[in-house]
Amino acid sequence: MSPRISPVTRVVAIGIGAALFFVLGRFLAIPTPIPNTTINLQYAVLAVFAVLYGPLVGVLAGLIGHVLVDATGFGMWPTWETGSAVFALIVGLVMLHNHVREGEFPRPTLVRFVLAVVVANAVTWVLWAPIGDVLIMGEPASKVFTQGVIAFVVNSVTAAVLGGIILGIYARSRTRTGSLTLDR
Amino acid sequence: MTAPLLEYVERPGLLHTLTGTAKLVLTIAMVLAAMISFDVRFLAALGVLSLIGWALSRVRLRDLATVLWIILTFMALNNLLIFVFAPGYGSELLGARHVVVQGPGRWDLTQEQLFYQLAVTLKYFAMLPAVLLFVATTRPPEFASSLHRIGVPYKVAFAVSLALRFIPDIQREMRTISQAQQARGLDISRKVGLVTRVRNVVSTLMPLLLGSLDRIETVSSAMELRGFGRGRHRTWYDVKPMRLRDWSTILGALAVVAASIVMVVVDGGRYWNPFEA
Amino acid sequence: MSVENPRPGGAVTSDKPDAETPARLRDFSFRYRAQSEPTLRGIDLTVRRGEKIAIVGPSGCGKSTLLGALNGLVPHVHAGEASGSIEVFGTDPAAAPIIETSRRVGTVLQDSSGQFVGLTVAEDVAFSLENQQVPHAQMPGRVAGAARAAGIADHLDASPQQLSGGQKQRVAIAGVLVDDVEMLLFDEPLAMLDPAAGRAAVELIDDLHREQGRTIIVVEHRLEDLLHRPLDRIVLMDEGRIVADLPPDELLASPLLREHGIRPPLHVEALRLAGAPVTADQHPADLPRMELSSAQREAVRTWVESATPGQSRHTATAAQPTSHDALPALDLEHVGAILRRPGASADVRALRGVTARIRRGEMLGVIGSNGAGKSTLARVISGFEKATEGVVRIGGADAASWPLAEHGAHVGFVLQEPGQMLSQPLLEEEIRLGLRARGLDAEEIERRTARVLEVTDLRPMRSWPVSALSHGQRKRLSIACVLALEPEILILDEPTAGQDFAHYSEFMDFLARIHAEGTTIVLITHDMHLALEYTDRVLVISGGELLADTDPAAVLTDEFLAERADLVVTGLFTLARRCGIPDPIALVHRFVAADRAERALPTASGEDAR
Ligand SMILES: Nc1ncnc2c1ncn2[C@@H]1O[C@H](COP(=O)(O)OP(=O)(O)OP(=O)(O)O)[C@@H](O)[C@H]1O
Ligand SMILES: Nc1ncnc2c1ncn2[C@@H]1O[C@H](COP(=O)(O)OP(=O)(O)OP(=O)(O)O)[C@@H](O)[C@H]1O
Ligand SMILES: [Mg+2]
Ligand SMILES: [Mg+2]
Repeated sequence: MSPRISPVTRVVAIGIGAALFFVLGRFLAIPTPIPNTTINLQYAVLAVFAVLYGPLVGVLAGLIGHVLVDATGFGMWPTWETGSAVFALIVGLVMLHNHVREGEFPRPTLVRFVLAVVVANAVTWVLWAPIGDVLIMGEPASKVFTQGVIAFVVNSVTAAVLGGIILGIYARSRTRTGSLTLDR
Repeated sequence: MTAPLLEYVERPGLLHTLTGTAKLVLTIAMVLAAMISFDVRFLAALGVLSLIGWALSRVRLRDLATVLWIILTFMALNNLLIFVFAPGYGSELLGARHVVVQGPGRWDLTQEQLFYQLAVTLKYFAMLPAVLLFVATTRPPEFASSLHRIGVPYKVAFAVSLALRFIPDIQREMRTISQAQQARGLDISRKVGLVTRVRNVVSTLMPLLLGSLDRIETVSSAMELRGFGRGRHRTWYDVKPMRLRDWSTILGALAVVAASIVMVVVDGGRYWNPFEA
Repeated sequence: MSVENPRPGGAVTSDKPDAETPARLRDFSFRYRAQSEPTLRGIDLTVRRGEKIAIVGPSGCGKSTLLGALNGLVPHVHAGEASGSIEVFGTDPAAAPIIETSRRVGTVLQDSSGQFVGLTVAEDVAFSLENQQVPHAQMPGRVAGAARAAGIADHLDASPQQLSGGQKQRVAIAGVLVDDVEMLLFDEPLAMLDPAAGRAAVELIDDLHREQGRTIIVVEHRLEDLLHRPLDRIVLMDEGRIVADLPPDELLASPLLREHGIRPPLHVEALRLAGAPVTADQHPADLPRMELSSAQREAVRTWVESATPGQSRHTATAAQPTSHDALPALDLEHVGAILRRPGASADVRALRGVTARIRRGEMLGVIGSNGAGKSTLARVISGFEKATEGVVRIGGADAASWPLAEHGAHVGFVLQEPGQMLSQPLLEEEIRLGLRARGLDAEEIERRTARVLEVTDLRPMRSWPVSALSHGQRKRLSIACVLALEPEILILDEPTAGQDFAHYSEFMDFLARIHAEGTTIVLITHDMHLALEYTDRVLVISGGELLADTDPAAVLTDEFLAERADLVVTGLFTLARRCGIPDPIALVHRFVAADRAERALPTASGEDAR
């Protein structure tokens, strides 16, 4: 119904998604009592981008955004940067063929979104990142898995709740075909 | 909501004269080499190489002060955590156990653990300065053309450039929006409870996002009107010609990666183990 | 090169596609996907090679949509249904990819900051060349050439954050100049510019037209500024239709502009109000060369002399004596602001030693060139920016330690850029947001919402999403949100930019009304006539410093001030000179009084009542 997303729009979505990821990741991290772990709003936004613009945009926005955050502050931690990409990839894949852009965000789509976010977080923070840390960075498994489980819980809750709210509001701001009339 | 922690430093040094492409290849090589090897001697050598790079670049310590502080805190915390969770991991890995200090329970401090944690720390320090150095010595407009030259599709390369273009805008917008909301009476200071604060954070995040999604539309219209995506290739305004020193840098970069692989073969694994009899 | 352009409508147009005709629309209509009614209706328009055309019309009448149809954004980006025929250089832009159309049509969009895609000016200007794979070696020369033509060559290395609104506009123009496109579309190129920069832009556009023979279409609300250089035709639109397509002289002499809510140039209005209207053959479009009969000069002179003393001063100055002894609403003492720029570039001293006192119930103007520091001053007063030096007192209390919400309770601030204020998906929710945060009861919220919707003429669209509003409509919404809060002090940053006259006068009159009820109002504006008509006093800012604090009329007559603040005298001044009136200000005051009397202003009666 609505026109296909043009390739140029995808490029811009990657760029602006990455910029948002950077700004939120850098300046809006809300600390939790657990060291090295913050409530990350940027994953909620990344999930929204993966839903609206598809997995490819999500992957690249997450990767570029996260690399920029790290390269201007923390150096590199390759398993986490690729983790953001994996997260967006899974959300994007599970959410393929949604109609949020056309203003439709019914309950089943919401349920699918929550599911997507939980699965994506599980794969990213309980599998991908810790395994990578053990294999590449040589960190001890018990430490990274504990960190991973905490990140999984925190990120799942924030991304599902915030992402759900954002998509809901976004869908309401999209209008259905031929629905606008002047009330005089 | 201050400036980015680290950015391009306008103080021409030797590294500034290299093309972004050469520096990018070198950076990737350093990161890759540090990822592959776990040999402390090799990692230390990589660290020294980065230090030399810093000296050549005339980047001052002050430019990096904030970043270094963050990194040190992070490393300290990480080391502490490793020790808390796995005090015996070093011994397990290296197959020996020499206790230095008796600790409570299983938290004995061993030579092997110290050595292992040194390796982890060195690995991080071998990986990180190269990246910071790349950022500090390469003008952002050159990022995209460099990425394109090492084989990244130009559309992706341009997306990186767009990200850099819009970061300051989004930062400022976030500030303004949050102020405009507060002026209309939405309190996000620490005075209000967590739930209200989260709700008010959402009401700051929402305009930022809706605004950004709108902006995607306008920017992509503008780009399309100016012919972006017209051809299979694209040329760049900001690009430096490759010179001899660039090619030598790239050659050096390849040598670094090769060396890391050689070290794995020589050590018979990724670790170099001085404790093995 | 001077090609005599054929008159519109006279030539017979064939039905064959014609690759030489820049644009030809026949009974063209367009309905946005989300709309139930078409936005463009039965447009018939032919644009010939080498013509320079202006499109004017009320805000929301479909001007941007029409330009979109010409460059392909409609329907490629903004989906919808079209009917009738449209041809741009012989092809239908809906059938060809945007990229194909863009080879021959260059567009400067309404929002110039969204057009800036490079990290530096040079890179942004080169963007189109890069996409055409122009070899690297050729780029610097062509970029420098285009930048010179657009008057931005000194800033090639600047990043977009370091440029003022006007400079960004120039970059956007340079960005389409590098290409050899045949037709250029400008969507409100003057909206953000100060008067002098506006003139420079009009001259630049004219050079492109005359020297390079390009076909030009300009959409603009500031018709008087646009007429600084000749136009071939003016197309007047209203509610999606073309209601007139005439040479400027004929249109100005007709009542059509006023009938459709567009203010004709002031000198034309003055002559009409004086009872000696111009005719088309006197060339009213070109003021310096306009022919004036001696009878007309005489009529203007007697008209000005007939002013009754009470009529000469307009706004509610009557409020002053009563509030004289009360505490000032705003008291600025040596206020300075240093804005931090990230990283290596030096910090900017945007304000320095500004001292001013604003009485309760005053209506004050703030004027000055692009980048002078006007918005910064407003941000400091509203607490968005900390004053790094000096003291800001609001209602007598030092506001330095106030949280923003406290500022907001006293000062309502309408930002220059509406996008930074709008956060809700739907228009009405946007207005209610601040009212709810204040904890007002439902009835009061309803009352206030209804009132501001009326004032800003947004009531017909009250249930629409914000994303379906035109530029001018968004700006009005941002004003409505703040008006609804009914603050004691109201600061509006360029409220009339991008507004048509009917809407402009409607809410300016509302402001005058609430001002008469006691609200203190600060208006930041580039429109000198607005300052003359509605304010008693103006602060002139230049380079971050307060240059003058005086009567608005005095600013225009002071050459030094006018030049430092990049002001340009309005057409009324030229008219006064040509009619041999020694005091142009008398003409201005007479004009304002007569104009108001014609519109039967409520303030006029409010003033008499005091
Ligand atoms: N994307 C859209 N979806 C639905 N309706 C739209 C969209 N864009 C514009 N409109 C509607 O179409 C009408 C014309 O809008 P347009 O932007 O062409 O006006 P304009 O004449 O350029 O006004 P302005 O002077 O305020 O810029 C408006 O009433 C607006 O609400
Ligand atoms: N966030 C910022 N960071 C750094 N410099 C800024 C910032 N905002 C504005 N400036 C600079 O401060 C100066 C004053 O800007 P301001 O926006 O107050 O101008 P203005 O008088 O409102 O201009 P205009 O008429 O174009 O709106 C300009 O030189 C501008 O470049
Ligand atoms: Mg418009
Ligand atoms: Mg301003």
